[in-house]
Amino acid sequence: MVSGANGDPEEVARAPRIPGPRWAADDHADLSASGAPPEVPVEPVEAEEPTRADEPARAAEPVPPSHGVLKSLLGAWALSACSAEETQAVEAHLTECAPCADEALRLRDAVGLLHAGRDLDLDPLLRSRVLENCLGRRPARIPVPAWACPYDAETARLDALLRDIGESEWHAPVRLKWFEGERPASRRTTVAGVIGHLMTVDGLVSTALGLDDPLGPGAGEASPTERTEAYWQGAEHPPTRGVREPWRDQSHTLIRTVSFAGRGVADLTVAYGGFALPMRDSLLERAFECWVHADDIANAVAYPYEPPSGAHLHDMIDLAARLLPAALAGRRRGGLAAPPRHLVAAGAPGRSLHLEVEGSGGGHWYIALDSPAAVASPDHAVAQVAMDGVEFCQLVAGHVPPEEAAAGKDGDREAIRDVLFAAASLSRL
Amino acid sequence: MAKDTPPRWDRRMQQRLARGEAAALGELYDRFASLVHSLAHRVLDDDSAADLVTREVFGYIWENPDAYDPKQGNLRSWIARLTQRQAVHRLRQTEATAYAETGEGSAEELEQKVRRASVAARADYIVTSMPAPLRAALELAYFQRRDYRQTAADLGVTEDEARRRLRLGLQLLSTANTRPLEGSSPPGPGRAW
Repeated sequence: MVSGANGDPEEVARAPRIPGPRWAADDHADLSASGAPPEVPVEPVEAEEPTRADEPARAAEPVPPSHGVLKSLLGAWALSACSAEETQAVEAHLTECAPCADEALRLRDAVGLLHAGRDLDLDPLLRSRVLENCLGRRPARIPVPAWACPYDAETARLDALLRDIGESEWHAPVRLKWFEGERPASRRTTVAGVIGHLMTVDGLVSTALGLDDPLGPGAGEASPTERTEAYWQGAEHPPTRGVREPWRDQSHTLIRTVSFAGRGVADLTVAYGGFALPMRDSLLERAFECWVHADDIANAVAYPYEPPSGAHLHDMIDLAARLLPAALAGRRRGGLAAPPRHLVAAGAPGRSLHLEVEGSGGGHWYIALDSPAAVASPDHAVAQVAMDGVEFCQLVAGHVPPEEAAAGKDGDREAIRDVLFAAASLSRL
Repeated sequence: MAKDTPPRWDRRMQQRLARGEAAALGELYDRFASLVHSLAHRVLDDDSAADLVTREVFGYIWENPDAYDPKQGNLRSWIARLTQRQAVHRLRQTEATAYAETGEGSAEELEQKVRRASVAARADYIVTSMPAPLRAALELAYFQRRDYRQTAADLGVTEDEARRRLRLGLQLLSTANTRPLEGSSPPGPGRAW
């Protein structure tokens, strides 16, 4: 175990060599385990006293502990981690054994150097500042495509959170919430289960890029939910913190692969079972999911977690806004939304909803109401909804009921209701 | 890490950085940022100064990936040395400015401060790099205030072994007082750092 340490084990073995009394069960255990040369000549003396070696040294009460035992106690003594009798015995010994006294002093000083770690304080936004500074000093020859940056940033933030949580927190219960049809749905898992979920759904992107699928070959065109269920049920044991590394390796590999793949990769199709997204939107969607679930995890383990940077949040909101007309049409086909008021020729302007998103990452979007093929336009706005950026994302994630979303509503109430429900319907497990 | 053993990972990382791969820079940050930031903070005792050192260290590595020589040790220890050097450099600057402005302090005091900060940073580095079983024993005995018998029970090892680990851990740690970071060769060209 000790060999391969950064601090030189040989030097440790050079600790003072005081020939101690023979019955050195301690020294033997000590030395054989550290792989260091023996400090006490190992002669077959134990043969003469066969029982001695097995006896705990301190059982010999009236006799003071041997030099070897006392020396082995120095670390524990320096840390105030031995019994009162042992402390006394060590301190008595130090008055008469100079090498031990030297070492004792050194170890006591070393205790003063121990210091509680402070990993928690690393500012998550520091990463983008540091990388930006680097790339300003020397531009990348192989940059990460701009559309992959939110995924890069969000996976890094989640990874930093995971590094800080303890072993037991990996098994903390997490309730995943989403919206199905007209009703909220939820599913219980653990922190490790959430990472497994993210990993298996990210696997859709891996598959599209021709990389290994974390579910193995043959998972095919399963939907995100089917993939997650397959992973949760297929695992022999409940997932543990061991899932962090494969999840992180995969996200690093994805970023690296799209960086090298050339411009065409942005439009490569990623199949989600029932629907598909181009790669650029798919990674944005994965960044969004990563944030939403990181937030679920942070809540489960009572850690603070901030929303993404304004620019990334803006991209995520933009994606949701672009997906809304098709989601609306889907709900309409299912009888869950009101029929179109007008038939609009493809490419022509049609009735629109003005979505005004406030705060960081905000902006103005116009949602075509009658057909995904129609062009939304301010001139044809029949309704307006105003809400905060993070709140809108919570709605899209299915964490906020559509009836309760939106701070400000104005205009056609049916259109507003349909759009808010369509936004919630973008969510899934 | 199962597939990439550290020396291999280090070499590959160096090649990728030299190639100008931004994704590699991100991975480098993800692996070493907390080490860099905490060492810098230990020397400078200031969050924004540690942020700045973190920026400078990664900037230097990104601009000079070839300054790393795998023969001199692993990437992690090289980065730790760069960080310590840069943090101490900044500490000297800050202190010199404060001295010029207030006239308080002396050259000896500054040297003492620099020495204390360097030892503290080396100690942190030694703790993060020592074999995990030693670190776990120190954690229990020092931070959790367990005695060595409880430490042995917590770790599922014999009491002898617990004593051995505590002593060995402190012996490693005590080298912070006597030695610079392992294999301390000057990194890169003779610039300010």
